[in-house]
Amino acid sequence: MSGYNPHTAEDIAAMLAAIGVGSIDDLFAHVPATLRARAAIALPEGLTEPELCRHVSALAARNPTASGAAAFLGAGAYPHWVPAVVDQILLRSEFATAYTPYQPEVSQGTLQATFEFQTFAALVLGLEVANASMYDGASATAEAVLMARRLLPGRRVIWLARALHPHYRATVATYLRGLGDLEVRELPFAADGRTDLEALRAGLGADTLCLVLGYPNVFGMVEDVALFADAVHAVGGLVITATAEPLALALVRSPGASGADIAVAEGQSFGLPVCYGGPGVGLFATRERFVRSMPGRLVGETVDAHGRRGYVLTLATREQHIRRERATSNICTNQGLCALAVTVYLSLLGRHGLASLALANYRAAHVAAARLEAAGVALPFNAPFFNEFVVRAPAAARAWEALARDGVVAGFPLGRWYPELEGGLLLCVTETHTPEQVDRLVEALAAPAPAARAAGG
Amino acid sequence: MFDEPLIFERGSPGRVGWPVPGAAGEGVAELPAHLRREDDLAGMPEVSELEALRHFLRLSQWNYSAATTLYPLGSCTMKYNPVVNEELARLPGFAALHPLVPEGLAQGALELLAALEAALAAVSGLDAVCLQPAAGAHGELLGMLVVRAYHVDRGDARRRVLIPSSAHGTNPASATLCGYAVSEVAADERGLLTAAAVSAAMDESVAALMITNPNTLGLFEREIEGITAAVHARGGLVYLDGANLNAIMGIAKPAHMGVDVMQFNLHKTFSTPHGGGGPGAGPVAVRARLADYLPVPRLVRRDGVLAWTDDAPKSVGRLRAFYGNFGILVRAYAYLARLGGPGLADATRLAVLNANYLRARLRGVYHLPYDTPSLHECVFSDRNLQDYDVHTLDVAKRLLDYGFYAPTIYFPLVVKGALMIEPTETETKETLDQFADALLAIAEEARSDPARVREAPHRTRLARLDETRAARRPVLRWRPGRPSDPGESA
Repeated sequence: MSGYNPHTAEDIAAMLAAIGVGSIDDLFAHVPATLRARAAIALPEGLTEPELCRHVSALAARNPTASGAAAFLGAGAYPHWVPAVVDQILLRSEFATAYTPYQPEVSQGTLQATFEFQTFAALVLGLEVANASMYDGASATAEAVLMARRLLPGRRVIWLARALHPHYRATVATYLRGLGDLEVRELPFAADGRTDLEALRAGLGADTLCLVLGYPNVFGMVEDVALFADAVHAVGGLVITATAEPLALALVRSPGASGADIAVAEGQSFGLPVCYGGPGVGLFATRERFVRSMPGRLVGETVDAHGRRGYVLTLATREQHIRRERATSNICTNQGLCALAVTVYLSLLGRHGLASLALANYRAAHVAAARLEAAGVALPFNAPFFNEFVVRAPAAARAWEALARDGVVAGFPLGRWYPELEGGLLLCVTETHTPEQVDRLVEALAAPAPAARAAGG
Repeated sequence: MFDEPLIFERGSPGRVGWPVPGAAGEGVAELPAHLRREDDLAGMPEVSELEALRHFLRLSQWNYSAATTLYPLGSCTMKYNPVVNEELARLPGFAALHPLVPEGLAQGALELLAALEAALAAVSGLDAVCLQPAAGAHGELLGMLVVRAYHVDRGDARRRVLIPSSAHGTNPASATLCGYAVSEVAADERGLLTAAAVSAAMDESVAALMITNPNTLGLFEREIEGITAAVHARGGLVYLDGANLNAIMGIAKPAHMGVDVMQFNLHKTFSTPHGGGGPGAGPVAVRARLADYLPVPRLVRRDGVLAWTDDAPKSVGRLRAFYGNFGILVRAYAYLARLGGPGLADATRLAVLNANYLRARLRGVYHLPYDTPSLHECVFSDRNLQDYDVHTLDVAKRLLDYGFYAPTIYFPLVVKGALMIEPTETETKETLDQFADALLAIAEEARSDPARVREAPHRTRLARLDETRAARRPVLRWRPGRPSDPGESA
């Protein structure tokens, strides 16, 4: 016997006797023999724990940029320091190995923490209510569009800003594939790197369902959401903002205050490592009057039989296990433990830590941008930005992989997502970057890169 | 156990839990005023690091969890979540790896993903695997989008999906998300679907049958080969909800049953922790003829080097940002490598032994609505207790007093007052005996002292909670300035 099973031979014999069968095989006698005969799994014998650790550690060691590199990558996943307390809480088995809190009397830990998470999400996004989490920022954006469709049936035009993260745009398109009644229109960005308001105004009509803006957008630029909200609301549509870097929201006007009707965010920045892109967690908030159209789980406050405050899953009549094909979403498992990470992180940083950290990010990115400009590197967009910005550096963009092998990951080559921005690099600077790392970045981008030189560029 | 206020009710104005040094770059131009945050983050906590730590440690003590007690939730497979996997997922080479580094510098992560894809293909017998879905229902959505893309590509847009009445609610919800109408098919008196019933329900408007096997009663669908043949005969596809895979590893492969597409729940069968409701992972496996429709990006090997590609013109598109819940995939891979093929088969055999042992110990006292042999879970009902006005909910609450989490209750819907018990393979015979003894004692209490059962739980921190009130007047967040404890002030 291998694995984590506790059975002794005596246990098995006693249990089979109690069941009244002669062998474990007998328990499967009703499974067709045609299936059983060829069901062996062609995988090797299991490893011992030391063997397993050596094997998996060797794989981890083949990802060299994870330590020591000067990596200026954001673009949807953001490197921030995770306070030690956060992970210690996530390691508590009482949180980590509980299920969705179906029995509230013995799940108050998860339920109260989730209620706190909903409060944090609503506060950060500047809206009245938030749910218990979605899979990630991209799928939360798609669910927001589906919610808009429930709120405004009959309207069919969805405006997606081209400056919304391409993964988010693509995810929305995938979620809409089976629903043939909708049309997605892309809204271009203007010369300053922000979404083109005039293009929207020219196209808006009574068929407008919603507009989705990245906030900040994929180039790190801070959209003036209020102007867009005025235009969309004037034709009766809904405004959705999608935030990939929620730390920005500690500094910039909140989506709710800017007129967003639904605001979603990727919560990874708040206490989770980048972890090759997941798991993160989707934040989802809206106005109180829309609450019964929301997707996902909700935790609500109530009292017990003695009048003491407690928390339960609530408004389940929206959900798949009650409503089945008429549910507001098919979501069951969400990202509970990641929502807990966000809750612990925001509790620790609190009002003052969060504001200081956001300011530190803003300044670090602007200092780096100024140094690059001084070194002759062009910044094509001039809109206000948070901790990400675009530079034009064709040689470095061409030599991007070689630079990374040398230990400087010079952002993300934007031409891969935006052919019109070939030669551009999307750079992210956070509190984790040291002045020495910024020096290396400036050096790499200011001078012709070695590989490019070798290639004659 | 200790009262603990909301984190927003703790602390003191001006307290800083996580000081951030004064930011360099004072000369930097500020954000224009009309774009600046409007509320100075009012309402956010002002607590010390210890206050925050203590707050969450106290909350943790209010949870029952699979690590602290038997957690016999049917359909959820609450097996032991090996702690070594937590360490491995936190290795800096994984945790600090940015998803957009050049693939050449992420070969370790990509090799792990490729090996996990291959392992899931080996378990299922299917040909191609996508690891991206974040949860089982996300996998269902993907699987049904693949079904839809397949039919549309053949110029044969179909509009209905067949789903047994015992199915998880996610199945009809996922089918609807893909634009399908749902038609239910009923099981027979044994709780089983028949090939004849499926054949009668099939026509050329049916895109797929979504089936769970073993079904949610824990019963293996013995006619599965005939059922899938009936679907295929009319041009339909077969979707398997893999939630119950823990019952059949090494016993029956989905591909041999005639399944075309399925999702795995790594947070069930493959031991990744449920996290109080996620994160999970719901990879999807398909037959070769459906592989073209899987999402982008795809993992491909060129000259021995793994890389991502978006070059898949028939793909349903992208399902989420980046590549999946990678940290969960690391844990599942570690579990698979630790057990190996033989270990997975052992897990199934002992899970089924444990469930059948509980069934044998409880039958006669608790009503067994279907006497058909069952696999990894068993479903009882409260029928034998109704004379005492004791119901499934009461039994569940009373179990909490005995230190056990409750089974899944009132599901599947085809059993009135269902108690769905899944012990998993990692529980000892002693624990199963204690659990059975508790349930038998509760049945006795139902006769001798029914009020004690109806008013349970008695030993938990809070008594039974008023769910009706929560739904009637939803309070979904803390707000500044409200009474610190409406319960006591009410």
